[in-house]
Amino acid sequence: MRSRWTQLSNKAWFVWIVPAGLVILWQILGQLGWISTRVLPTPAAVLEALIALIRSGQIFGYIGISAARALIGFAIGGGIGFILGLLNGMFPLAEKLIDTSVQMVRNIPHLALIPLVILWFGIGEEAKLFLVALGVAFPIYLNTFHGIRTVDPGLIEMGKVYGLRGLALFRKVILPGALPSILVGVRFALGVMWVTLIVAETISADSGIGYMAMNAREFMQMDVVVLSIILYALLGKLSDSIAKGFERWFLQWHPSYRKA
Amino acid sequence: MTTGIAGYPLAIQGLSKSFGSVKVLEKLNLNVKSGEFIAIVGRSGCGKSTLLRLIAGLEQPTEGTLLRDGQEVTGIDPETRVLFQDARLLPWKKVLENVRIGVRDGNRESAMEALRMVGLEEKANEWPGVLSGGQRQRVALARALAGSPRLLLLDEPLGALDALTRIEMQDLIERLWLRQRFSAILVTHDVSEAVALADRVVLLKDGHVALNEAITLPRPRERDSGFAYFEKLILDRVMEREPSSSYEPKIASFSI
Repeated sequence: MRSRWTQLSNKAWFVWIVPAGLVILWQILGQLGWISTRVLPTPAAVLEALIALIRSGQIFGYIGISAARALIGFAIGGGIGFILGLLNGMFPLAEKLIDTSVQMVRNIPHLALIPLVILWFGIGEEAKLFLVALGVAFPIYLNTFHGIRTVDPGLIEMGKVYGLRGLALFRKVILPGALPSILVGVRFALGVMWVTLIVAETISADSGIGYMAMNAREFMQMDVVVLSIILYALLGKLSDSIAKGFERWFLQWHPSYRKA
Repeated sequence: MTTGIAGYPLAIQGLSKSFGSVKVLEKLNLNVKSGEFIAIVGRSGCGKSTLLRLIAGLEQPTEGTLLRDGQEVTGIDPETRVLFQDARLLPWKKVLENVRIGVRDGNRESAMEALRMVGLEEKANEWPGVLSGGQRQRVALARALAGSPRLLLLDEPLGALDALTRIEMQDLIERLWLRQRFSAILVTHDVSEAVALADRVVLLKDGHVALNEAITLPRPRERDSGFAYFEKLILDRVMEREPSSSYEPKIASFSI
C-alpha cells in the first residue's frame, strides 16, 4: 500500500514543482521591486521580449545561424576526432605515431587559445568554427578510441572463425561494438560544443544569438540578454535530447537501454 | 542441411606448441577419421583448448604437421566451425541475423532451417539479450551448423550451463551429428559428457596423448552400467587413481 506522497510523486508533473515555484518566486520578487529590473528582469519581461522577436521574425535567423555554426564545427571536429580514434584504435602503429601528439594538444584548454586563434583567424567565422571543432574533437577521439579497444575480443575471434574479414568484420562487429562508447563521446562533445559556441560568439559576432545578446547589452535590454541565455540552454537541452534519442534507437538491443 | 558430405579426416603428427618457454603440447600424434566424434579430456591446463585452437587455425604450431583433409592447416577454413564456451552472439543483431553469419551466402532460409533444427525458430526475431544461457548456446550451435561444416570444434561449450540443460544439449548435439556426420572434436573436462557423445575419448597429459579409448556403446547413448564402466575407466586415468584390485567389470551386463 504505497503512501499518498509516493503515488503523487510519480506523476509526470511532480518533477516540475520546484523549478516552476522558483520561476514564480522570481516573478513575484521582481514585480515587488525586491530584485531590481536592471539586475534581473522578470520572467514576464523575458517572455515579452521573446514574443516581440518572434513577431519580427528575427529570432529564427539568430537561432539558425548559431545552430549552423555549432553543427558545422561539430561535424569538422567530430569527423576528425572520429577518424583518428578509429585509426588509432584499430592499428597499433597509428596509435604509437599519433596518440602522444593528440594527448598533448588535448591537455591545452582550447578556450585558453582564444588570443592565438584571433591572431591566426581574425574574428570571423573561421575562428569560431576552429574553436568549436577543437573542443569537440577530443571527447569524440577518446571515446571512439576507447570504444574500439574495448570491443569484446571473443566476438572478433568468432567473426574471424566465421569468415568475416576487413570491412565486413568492421561493419558487423567492431563498429557496432564501439558504438555505445562513441555515443557517450557524442553527448559529451555536444556539451562542449555549446559552451565553446557561447564563448566564441562573445568574442565578436555579427550574427547569431551572441550578436543578439551583444546588441541588447549596448541598449541595456537586459530581458533580451536573459533570453539569449535561456535560448542557449534550450538549444543545449534539445541537442542532448536528440542525441539520447539516437542512443535509444541505435542501442535498442542493449538490455539496459531498453528499460529506459 | 545436406547430409552425406564427408567430414574432414585429421592427421596430426609430432605436434608441439610452446608459449615462450612453456611447453604446452609435445610431439602429439592423433588421427581422426572422417565423420568421427572425438572427445579430448584432461585436467585444466593440459593443453586441450590449445590443441583445438591449433586445429581451427587460430594458432600456429611450433613444430609438427597438422593435416586437415590431407592439406596443411594454415589458418581459418570455411568448412570448419567452432562452438566456444560462451555463445558469442552479436548482441546488436537479432537471432536470425546471427545465424545467417554461419551461412556462407547469407541465405535466410538456410538460417531458419538451422534454427528449426535446434528448436528455436520462434525466437528468430528476438535480441540475444533476452535469451537464456542455454538458448543462446543453441543459437550458436545453429549458427555453427547452418553452413553444413565438415569439421565442428567444440571448446567446452556446455560448461556454463546448468546440469539439465547440459544433458538436453548433449542429446541435441548427438542427434544433429548423427544426421550430418561431420567430424567433431569436443574438448571437455566433464568425463561423462565425453562418454555420452564420443566414438573415442583421448586423454591429454604432459602435452601428449595418454589414453585413446574407443567407446563401444550403442547410439543413442544410454546412461547404463556400460556407460558407468567407461566413465570410471577414463575418470580413474584422468585422476590418476590406481584401479582397485577387487574391481571386476561384469562384461555380460552391456553390449559391445
